[in-house]
Amino acid sequence: MSEIVKFTIDGKEYEGVKGQLLVEVAAEKGIYIPVLCHWKGVKPAGSCRICSVKVNGRFMAGCTTPLEADMKIENDTPEILDIRKAIVEMLFVEGNHFCPSCEKSGNCDLQALGYRYQMMVPRFPYEFERRDIDASSPKLIIEKNRCIFCKRCVRMIKDEQGKSYFAFKGRGKHLQISLDKKLAVTMSEENAHKAMDACPVGCILRKEVGFAVPIGKRKYDHVSIGTDIEKLNK
Amino acid sequence: MREKVISIVQSYGKNSGRLMDILLSVQSEFGCVSEEAVSLIASELGISEVDVNQTKTFYHFFTTNRVGKYAIYMNNSVVSEMMGMAEVVDELEKQTGVKFGQTTPDGLVSLHFTACIGMSDQEPAALINSVVFTQLNRDKVRKLISDMREGKPVESMFSEYGDGVNANPLVKSMVKNNIRKAGPVTLGEYAVGTSLGKALGMDPNAVIDEVKNSGLRGRGGAGFPTGLKWMFCSKEAGEKYVMCNADEGEPGTFKDRVLLTERANMLFEGMTIAGWAIGAKEGVLYLRFEYKYLKAYLESVLADMRTKNLLGNNILGKGFNYDIRIQFGAGAYVCGEESALIESSEGKRGEPRNRPPFPVQKGYNAKPTVINNVETFCSVVKIVEQGSAWYKAMGTEESAGTKLLSISGDCEKPGVYEIAWGMTLNEMLAMVGATDVQAVQVAGPSGSCIPPSQFGRKIAIEDLATGGSMIVIGKKRDLLKDVVMNFMRFFEDESCGSCVTCRSFNMILTKQIEKVVAGTAIRTDIDNMKAWSQIIRKTSRCGLGQTSSNPITTTIENFRELYEARTKDVAYQSDFDMNKAVADSCKVVGRVPNVHHE
Repeated sequence: MSEIVKFTIDGKEYEGVKGQLLVEVAAEKGIYIPVLCHWKGVKPAGSCRICSVKVNGRFMAGCTTPLEADMKIENDTPEILDIRKAIVEMLFVEGNHFCPSCEKSGNCDLQALGYRYQMMVPRFPYEFERRDIDASSPKLIIEKNRCIFCKRCVRMIKDEQGKSYFAFKGRGKHLQISLDKKLAVTMSEENAHKAMDACPVGCILRKEVGFAVPIGKRKYDHVSIGTDIEKLNK
Repeated sequence: MREKVISIVQSYGKNSGRLMDILLSVQSEFGCVSEEAVSLIASELGISEVDVNQTKTFYHFFTTNRVGKYAIYMNNSVVSEMMGMAEVVDELEKQTGVKFGQTTPDGLVSLHFTACIGMSDQEPAALINSVVFTQLNRDKVRKLISDMREGKPVESMFSEYGDGVNANPLVKSMVKNNIRKAGPVTLGEYAVGTSLGKALGMDPNAVIDEVKNSGLRGRGGAGFPTGLKWMFCSKEAGEKYVMCNADEGEPGTFKDRVLLTERANMLFEGMTIAGWAIGAKEGVLYLRFEYKYLKAYLESVLADMRTKNLLGNNILGKGFNYDIRIQFGAGAYVCGEESALIESSEGKRGEPRNRPPFPVQKGYNAKPTVINNVETFCSVVKIVEQGSAWYKAMGTEESAGTKLLSISGDCEKPGVYEIAWGMTLNEMLAMVGATDVQAVQVAGPSGSCIPPSQFGRKIAIEDLATGGSMIVIGKKRDLLKDVVMNFMRFFEDESCGSCVTCRSFNMILTKQIEKVVAGTAIRTDIDNMKAWSQIIRKTSRCGLGQTSSNPITTTIENFRELYEARTKDVAYQSDFDMNKAVADSCKVVGRVPNVHHE
């Protein structure tokens, strides 16, 4: 049986199921904690750190921390908002993101967070790192300039025997995402679409298919990211 | 090749959990793990090639291209640089005619850099085909390369062996122990098996209580109370594991190397006591690849203990079954983080796990696991033998017992010292014969850079905590260039990269310190570095990211004048030099670069 516990977010009291992940508990209460690597139902990676919140005064990742009784969670504070903005800026300087020419523009979570946190000019110097584009597989283009290493594709896209299509390669600053050349040849239509949809940015793109929804009518073109969750609170 | 690779995979039971061992065997057999080998391993294990590659490319001792018949891995850690690495590098490149990162056209020699190899008391040092060469200089390099041209075996390229077990026929190494001060615990008198016999006569909970009462705290650096860790694990149900973290990678630390050499029995005995206490049947020693030269010896010690019934079935007739195996790493600093170490032992990338669950709940193979440092297990042996009161009487109120320090850098007597916690830095510096000291780097790059005004502070968990690395930095050193920049480049290389802040901020901060050293930074850059360091400290997943900005923050705090002397007090300064950028093209057309000349 699930145990109901009390907790607070930004001083307001709530009740929730013990053990549930903080980002999911908050979403149920109409409180938006941004995520880039999290995907409901998939083992949390805790890699993008954008969901950082303070729990009883300590920084924790909201996507990997289970709810405990009497947690005092801070989410909407100037300190935390600035850190989230910094992480978005950092992702922009680390990769090479040119929104106006990106196929995912308007459907991109990173871009949408840039707008939400009103990023103007990143405070950090650009890295301008050279990265490859891998278009060798029949169904997908891997635009590595845009990868933010969220590991969604790594965790979610498997073949019938459970083999991985995607994995990391290298470490640290040499980290890159790679698609298995052999498996990619027989990748199903379903998996190809799933991979593109799971990608929060424009790194994984379906080849030879046009985009049904034009720019201007996409997910985040008129509403800020997180609005769907915050609506519950209104 | 095909048959060999397949037989290697089969020798590990086609178990992808042993991927590290498979890759290590292939690398050592063929001098590389080629794409063809990756493909074979993947198909034998029934996993995809990207999954083999993700592990392979994480560790820097695995290479896609064949390394030279003699693969020289030069240590480029801070102390190696301080002790003259640049000259050794220069001579190596001169003698071989190739640059670092390359192999001679005949395939004879390849040159590589590697992070700290645990020889900071005898630098500059390098590994050549896993054999350690210490205190290198130009003359020695010339001799080495000429020996290689003659095709001599690496083992025959030196004649003098180090002291103690280093001279054992199974080690035959030139490494020196440099034990300068032996204390009563880890380097004191020791009789094999006494403590284990006593422990097996006690109730497991009583053993845990003894460790708890001793006040022993983890010796790897984090300082978690050992008895508490054991108690948590003992309360979990089912199969359990004991793991020993022998991946000391913090630049400047080498005390575990000395324990592994001189106290291998004691270590294994400590791991066995832990197994009895928590109810485990298997122990794993995770040993850094840099210490591969100790492999044959350590295995002989294990075999000897089995013969003496100190390991194996029905140990000392008490009905306890327990054994230990050695798991090698393959070059990754982050694997010193306990959950990354577990991942690595399972054949995966050494990426730290999210907590909870903690290893004591869900560790190796998803079973409850106690992980302790080499020195911690050795300390347990004496605690059980002599009693917790004996142990607690040493050290300070909050830091009980003794601590091994690895002291290196600008001092007369670098080496290993077993001291009681509570010694001041001043006392330590007098002990090692250090004068004209600019700073002491306490606890390695992830620790603090301490100025002379604070040399009265104590070495203790409650004041200056340390896993053992103590680097003395003399006044002649350029602190920002020789030390801080080296440390930041180290973290930039060693971040696993899976969490954004650690991967990216270490790159950003490294560029910033390079800018300061190059003289193109301005005052606001100093404050920016300080502010940005807070973000990585607060939001990174593991200890690596949380502490990797320490070289910058502690030197800004304690040596701000060095930063101010190298930065201009102006609102803006371009770090882009146009004249330099067009130098090459000007040369081609025969012009003198003169863009925006003032």
